[in-house]
Amino acid sequence: MVNKAASSLENEIQKLLSLCDKIIVKDQLALARAITLIENNPELVFNVEERYKDVLAENSSHIVGFTGSPGAGKSTLTDAYVVKLRANGKKVGIIAVDPSSPFTGGALLGDRIRMKRHFTDDNVFIRSMGSRGNVGGLNDSVFGVITLYKLYGFDYVIIETVGAGQSEVDIAYVADTVVLVLSPAAGDEIQLMKAGIMEIADIFVINKSDLEGAHILKVNLEMVLQFSESSKPIVLTVATSGKGIEELYKEIENHKVKLNETGEIKERAKRRIKKHAEVIINKSIAEILSKRDLADSTQVSELVKDVVEQFCLNRTQNEGKS
Amino acid sequence: MEKKIRVLIAKPGLDGHDRGAKVVARGLRDAGMEVIYTGLRQTPEEIVKAAMQEDVDVIGLSILSGAHLSICKKVLELMDQYNFHVPVFVGGIIPPDDAEQLLKMGIAAVFGPGTPISEIVKKVQEVVGQGVA
Repeated sequence: MVNKAASSLENEIQKLLSLCDKIIVKDQLALARAITLIENNPELVFNVEERYKDVLAENSSHIVGFTGSPGAGKSTLTDAYVVKLRANGKKVGIIAVDPSSPFTGGALLGDRIRMKRHFTDDNVFIRSMGSRGNVGGLNDSVFGVITLYKLYGFDYVIIETVGAGQSEVDIAYVADTVVLVLSPAAGDEIQLMKAGIMEIADIFVINKSDLEGAHILKVNLEMVLQFSESSKPIVLTVATSGKGIEELYKEIENHKVKLNETGEIKERAKRRIKKHAEVIINKSIAEILSKRDLADSTQVSELVKDVVEQFCLNRTQNEGKS
Repeated sequence: MEKKIRVLIAKPGLDGHDRGAKVVARGLRDAGMEVIYTGLRQTPEEIVKAAMQEDVDVIGLSILSGAHLSICKKVLELMDQYNFHVPVFVGGIIPPDDAEQLLKMGIAAVFGPGTPISEIVKKVQEVVGQGVA
């Protein structure tokens, strides 16, 4: 039984690596299949990292995250931004995350609808994902998919998150540039002062700025931003007409330059790796924990010790195998 | 993590009625699948490209305009061209003779109006090989 599991894992690894050989020569079908493998087993990405260390070190993709509440216009904005990137000859990989049902695990992934005009452009790759139980607004395999996108050689990776509430802030650990998309009538300035999603933005967008209330939101936002030390740009857009997209594009480029000049880009890369590790560790611990049968008298300290031991044991065994 | 069934639901051609497509999308979602809905007025080229990038297990086409024969033919041709092969389902207003022809052409299943969602779910699970044992 154990042998069988090990050999099927070995199989998956071989399958993934041979797909990766095709990904570097820009085979999109291979990319699509590799993403599925990573999505079903995020740890497989270790093998990709190992084998393509040099290629991955060379290929740098700028990672832009779009977050914000549902209906703020993230997908339409992404679509308009991609048009701008394409006009400049950039290759773009998109990850669009939508919520999975907590009850059935199913998901309706509808972000593609806003991006139809890129469907037949071979330099734009769109992948939709369900959040699959992750509560931070992402899908745990996003990190691994970024690695695959880098391998393919996209200049820009755009991640659109599930922005259901104020606590979906994981994008801050993933993206180089975080764009928070707001829309008018989203509440008073106290909403803007709350901790959480407001803090993670590098660039604020007030989309649907042709609607009433956009100006008030901007004034409120400016007031709140005065309290913070660094100044952050606010861009007014109407994604459906393309208004303000040029400015948004410029602000993202400015931020990119700033990140490189200050060396912050490296800090963000480190942060991303740490979060990736955290996600993988948490997941294996959760899995061990869920399988534990408890005696009536078990104390929590015993359980913690037990689970950590099991975790260490599993890891050493895995290393022994490879 | 367990493998999730991924389905692309698309509306090719010119008709603008997607209630049926939405009902099916919702039903498959409730059955635990990941459903990518690409919306109205899609060309076969757009549909096949999207299905490839999303690496779906099944494509569902909703067609009410009467153009089902030519659209399905084109979709199957493109799949051959790109060497991407997954089962294709068709739902909509399809005359029985045409349905037979579609099946002969290589379409996996044809669902007319009034088909219970449970039947569609079962068929999808069956062709993907994750049916009830």
